[in-house]
Amino acid sequence: MFYREAGEFKASYKADQAILPIRQDRWFIWAILAVAFLVIPAVSSDYWLGTIMLPFLILALAAIGLNVLTGYAGQLSLGTGGFMATGAFAAYKLATMFPGMHILLVLLFSGTITAGVGILFGIPSLRIKGFYLAVATLASQFFLIWMFNKFGWFTNYSSSGVISAPPMTAIGDVLVTGAHATVTAKYLFALSIVTLLALITKNLVRSNIGREWMAVRDMDIAAEIIGIKMLPTKLKAFAYSSFLCGIAGALWAFVHTGSVEPLAFDVNRSFQILFMIIIGGLGSIMGAFLGSAFIVLLPIFLSNAPHWFGLDIPVDLISHIEAMVFGALIIFFLIVEPHGLARLWQITKEKLRLWPFPY
Amino acid sequence: MYERKFGEVILDLKGISLSFGAMRVLNNISFNVRKGEIRSIIGPNGAGKSSMLNVINGVYHPQEGEITFRGEVRKEMKVHEAAGFGIARTFQNIALFKGMSTLDNIMTGRNLKMKSNMFWQAIYWGKAQKEEIEHRKKVEEIIDFLEIQAIRKTPVGRLPYGMQKRVELGRALAAEPEILLLDEPMAGMNVEEKEDMSRFVLDINDEFGTTIVLIEHDMGVVMDISDRVVVLDYGRQLADGTPDVVRNNQDVIDAYLGVPH
Repeated sequence: MFYREAGEFKASYKADQAILPIRQDRWFIWAILAVAFLVIPAVSSDYWLGTIMLPFLILALAAIGLNVLTGYAGQLSLGTGGFMATGAFAAYKLATMFPGMHILLVLLFSGTITAGVGILFGIPSLRIKGFYLAVATLASQFFLIWMFNKFGWFTNYSSSGVISAPPMTAIGDVLVTGAHATVTAKYLFALSIVTLLALITKNLVRSNIGREWMAVRDMDIAAEIIGIKMLPTKLKAFAYSSFLCGIAGALWAFVHTGSVEPLAFDVNRSFQILFMIIIGGLGSIMGAFLGSAFIVLLPIFLSNAPHWFGLDIPVDLISHIEAMVFGALIIFFLIVEPHGLARLWQITKEKLRLWPFPY
Repeated sequence: MYERKFGEVILDLKGISLSFGAMRVLNNISFNVRKGEIRSIIGPNGAGKSSMLNVINGVYHPQEGEITFRGEVRKEMKVHEAAGFGIARTFQNIALFKGMSTLDNIMTGRNLKMKSNMFWQAIYWGKAQKEEIEHRKKVEEIIDFLEIQAIRKTPVGRLPYGMQKRVELGRALAAEPEILLLDEPMAGMNVEEKEDMSRFVLDINDEFGTTIVLIEHDMGVVMDISDRVVVLDYGRQLADGTPDVVRNNQDVIDAYLGVPH
């Protein structure tokens, strides 16, 4: 009833090709951004911002990265954790080698370095597809983590193998990393970066390169016959995907945890991100956010839920139940909507368009 | 009927032989395609018709024979180069990008004409945006031509078969090809859909001057719209000529109807 596009006429292709051609969608996104930038920092506790919103945002960014590769370009990857680690360690080396470098440049360069690593590990994708490619990227995952553990140079020869982010400022003297940075500043910094990169990704996937990626995903032979070169197209997807994962890893190490060891980016991380995009929806930016919210928020909700209902259950039992319910919910969602939460959202919108009539 | 005029030979195939291992799929096939004509390849199942198209657009490389395209002997080319040479095609089993809308499918057909780089596309501004709008205009012309305005934004996976065939034709047209290879564009269609498709093929040939190489099983359609027909059977070339010549060729009649014993 309220969600109608009837009566909204587009007079130009420019208007028709906008990211959100429907007025109500635009309002909705602006409202979400306003809440994210203004309301959440104002009303949330440090606990909420620091341990829930920050990981949600950063993992959402990594999920967008993997979604470019797997959801849009159709190349299954289990190397996300390795690429995040590359980003984190590249950022650490850059920040310690060039102490005056601005954090935005550190993030940009660490993303670029990760993109290079991604291209390297993406080369086999020309020959192998699907599960076999997943195994090949799994090798990159183990290799990268092994490399960061093995060579002291990456951690500046720290005895524990842990890297700690030096304090860095974003604008003026507002600290966004290190022990003295406020959680609000960290949150707003991460939010700005993630918003910007999400927008850039959206632009890419609605442009020619995005169509080429999807063409390769949907029917590679036909894509080749209409003139799309396989190798550059796939490598661009690997590069951009790794770029995003690298920045996500750098943000994780610098802004979220402050200090990190390679094991924080082990294969479990890769699976976590992969689950996010499967549950959220392959080939959807929105899906990356929904999937990240599902994976990050649901366990917290589950572990707190008995407490809210006044049930007194021992902590160890709660964590067992949490794992069971979490697994059951994943299976439930995959059966009900194999195309992910983003598709559910789309169906809701299609229903809303006709509401209150059935068709 | 008026006399149709054709230009010079733009595609000349001489002595093409193609084998997969011991299987000889094409055996010494020679025919040519003149600019502006509708050239049909017919033959029973397994005759090597689709293989012939795959040879023309570089998916298969024949072991013997010579392909002259626009006056130059063509070397072994990569699959993605065919589009650059102005050869577009549709597939026997629809090969659309199922997850994308009709509009995006046809836009993808223009990928070679898009020149802006990834950085411009990332900000979707200036050159990249201008380009998107320019190509959208062209794509809309194709959408109007094929009368598929209503399904512009529908994901093609949801479209009925006949419509998907039409979108695939649109995607091939988007590249503004010189030669259009159509692999059974009317397979599985009812009479009305066949009539529509025949009309589109004739219009494409007439309005854009596109040369068309057509594989089709419906003899009525083939004999009606083709200028020249080549007949293959088990990789051999049985006949080549105008529909009337081919229709009365004894070898062709034998291949299709069998030989009395």
